[in-house]
Amino acid sequence: MKLVILDSADYVGEWSARYVMKRINAFKPGPDRYFVLGLPTGSTPLSMYRKLIQFHKEGKVSFKFVKTFNMDEYVGLPRDHEESYHYYMWNNFFKHIDIDPKNVHVLDGNATDLAAECLDFENKIQEAGGVELFVGGIGPDGHIAFNEPGSSLVSRTRVKSLAQDTLEANARFFGNDMSKVPKQALTVGVGTVMDAREVMILITGAHKSFALYKAIEEGVNHMWTVSAFQQHPNTLFVCDEDATLELRVKTVKYFKSLMNVHSKLIEDD
Amino acid sequence: MGSSVLIQFRNCRLVRNHGLVVDDLWVRDGKIINPESVFFDERRQADVQIDCKNAIIAPGFIDLQINGGYGVDFSYDIDTVESGINKVAKELLSHGVTSFCPTIVTSPSSTYHKVLPKIKKRAGDRNGATILGVHLEGPFISREKKGAHPMELIRDLEKGMDNIEEMYGNLDDVAIITLAPEKEHSCQVIQSLVQRGITVSIGHSTGNLLDGEKAVNKGARLITHLFNAMLPFHHRDPGLVGLLASDNIPVGQTVYFGIIADGVHTHPAALRIAHRTHPDGLVIVTDAISAMGLEEGFHHIGQFDMEVRNHKAYIAGTETLCGSIASMDECIKILKKSTNCSSVFALEAASLHPAKCLGISDKKGTLDFGTDADFVFLDDKLNVLSTWIAGECVYNR
Repeated sequence: MKLVILDSADYVGEWSARYVMKRINAFKPGPDRYFVLGLPTGSTPLSMYRKLIQFHKEGKVSFKFVKTFNMDEYVGLPRDHEESYHYYMWNNFFKHIDIDPKNVHVLDGNATDLAAECLDFENKIQEAGGVELFVGGIGPDGHIAFNEPGSSLVSRTRVKSLAQDTLEANARFFGNDMSKVPKQALTVGVGTVMDAREVMILITGAHKSFALYKAIEEGVNHMWTVSAFQQHPNTLFVCDEDATLELRVKTVKYFKSLMNVHSKLIEDD
Repeated sequence: MGSSVLIQFRNCRLVRNHGLVVDDLWVRDGKIINPESVFFDERRQADVQIDCKNAIIAPGFIDLQINGGYGVDFSYDIDTVESGINKVAKELLSHGVTSFCPTIVTSPSSTYHKVLPKIKKRAGDRNGATILGVHLEGPFISREKKGAHPMELIRDLEKGMDNIEEMYGNLDDVAIITLAPEKEHSCQVIQSLVQRGITVSIGHSTGNLLDGEKAVNKGARLITHLFNAMLPFHHRDPGLVGLLASDNIPVGQTVYFGIIADGVHTHPAALRIAHRTHPDGLVIVTDAISAMGLEEGFHHIGQFDMEVRNHKAYIAGTETLCGSIASMDECIKILKKSTNCSSVFALEAASLHPAKCLGISDKKGTLDFGTDADFVFLDDKLNVLSTWIAGECVYNR
C-alpha cells in the first residue's frame, strides 16, 4: 500500500489528476488498446476532474481511447436530476473532454430489470479487459462506492439499500425532504473494485480521518469496507493533512518520508 | 450542411437563463438540442465541431416594428412589395436580426388588400430573416397623435370588427395591430383580435391610464414605441406610460413596450426611466424607415426627399427628423450605454422579450433546448460577427 499525504485537498485533486494522466499516457492507448478507468462521484474527486479537464484542454491528455466505468448511481432518480451521477459526470467531466460516449458506462438506475443491469455492467467490465485503474472516494463510515458498512468484501455489482446515515446525509441535497431521498442505489461491489489492477482512493478532510485510520491501521473488516484494500496488491491512498488526524504519528512520518519516492509517480517523463 | 448533421459549437459563451454561461451549443435539424441525451441515449459525437473563439452567442434578434430600409418603404412601394421585403429581409441578417414584423403604416384600404396577400409568414434562411407576420400600425389610431401618418386616412372603429375586416381584408399573415385604445368599441376589437392570435399593441393614442388598463385587461400585450405618439407622463394621469407601473393588470401578465433606442427618438434619460421602471417589458424596436442602411447624402425615397446627415435622417434641407435609421445591433449598444444595463439584458431585450410578447418563446428568443437554432455571434462590444438561422450560417462579417 502507498499513502501519499499532501498539504491541501486542492492538491489532492491536482496530484490524482496528474497520476491518472500519467497512467493513461504511459499506457499508450490506441484503437486496439483501450485504457479502462473506474470513476467516482462526490465532492472529493471534483478537483481531480477539473484538473483533468484543464490538462485535456492543454493537449496533455486525450480520452479518445479510454473506457470508463462509474462506481454507482441512485435507483429511480431521473437522469437530469442534479443529484444523479449521470448529471454529475456529464456536467463535471464528460462534456468537457473528447471521450466517445460509446465508451462511457454509468449504471442505469432507471432500468426495468436492475439485476440484469448490474450483471450486464460486470460483463462489460470483463469484455473491456478489466479495470486498469479504479479511482474511488470513501464516506466518513469508510464505505467505498455504495458498499455500506456490513457489505460483503467479495460483493459484485448489485442493488443496495442505503443506510439510514447515508439517507440523512443526503437529505440536504433533496430539499431536506427524506421522502425524496432515493432509498436504493446500484453499486459496484467491493470485489468488483478489488479486481482492478490498481486502486487509487482519495480522502480529504478531518471528518474522514477516522475512516482513513480504520482503512489502514486496523484489520480488514466489512464494517469499514474500504479496509478490504489492505488485501489488494496495488492500492494508493491519496489524502490531505486533515485526513491524517486520527493516524499514528509513526504512520504519518513513515509515509511522509517516502514523499520523494511518491513524487516520482507523477513526474513528467 | 445537410439535415441530421450534429453540430457542436465550442469555446463560446451563451446567453441563457438571463446570464452568460460558458457552455457548448448543440444543433441538429435546425433546432437547439440537449447534448446530454445525445451523449447517454444516442451515444453519438458531433459530426462537426465549430470553434467560436470565445464569442458570445445570443438568440437571434427579433424586430417587431420596421417600416423598411435600404431604400425600401413597405407601405409606399406597394407594387414591388415582394422584392422590397426580400431585400430588407436579406440585409437585416447583417444586423443579427433573424425574425421581423414588416410594418405597414396608416394606408388606404386598397393598399392593405393589395399588399397583405403578398407578405406571407415564412421561415428564414440564407436569403433572409424569418417573417413572423405583418405589423399593421394604423389606421385605427388617434388623429391628435398621428405622428407621420396621413391624417385623412385615419379611421374609427364605429362598427367594431367589421371596420377591421373591411379595412385590412385577410388577417392570416398579420402578427401585430397597433390601435388607439380610447376609440369606441376598441375593447371588443382587442378581444376579437387576441382570440384570433393577433398581438394587439396600443399606441398613437391620447388614451389615459384607464384606457390602457382596459385594453390590457382585454388582452393587449404591447405598447407601440413608448413615449412617442402618446400623452406625455403626467403625475395625476400617467397615460399609457403609466402602464409600466400599473397595479391594475392581470396577475402574472407582463405589459411589453417597444422602445426606439436610437439615441434620438427617445432621450437617454427616458430610456433609463423605462428600463428602471419595468425592465421585463422592454422590447427594442428599430421603427426603421427606408433610409436605414443608406449612405450619407440626399435620397429620393417614395414621396419624400431625405437627407442622411450624421447618421440621422432628415427631410431634405431641413432640421426635421423623418424617422429612425439605427439598426437593431446599434440600438442594443445604445440601450446598454444609456441605461448601463448588462450585455445580457440588452440582448434579451432584442430577443427574449419580443418573443415572449408574441407568445413564441417556446420557439424563438432563447437558446433553450428544442427551440429554433436562430442565433447571433457577437464580440464583447456587441458587434455582430455572424448570424445563424436554423443552424445555418446566413451572414458572416
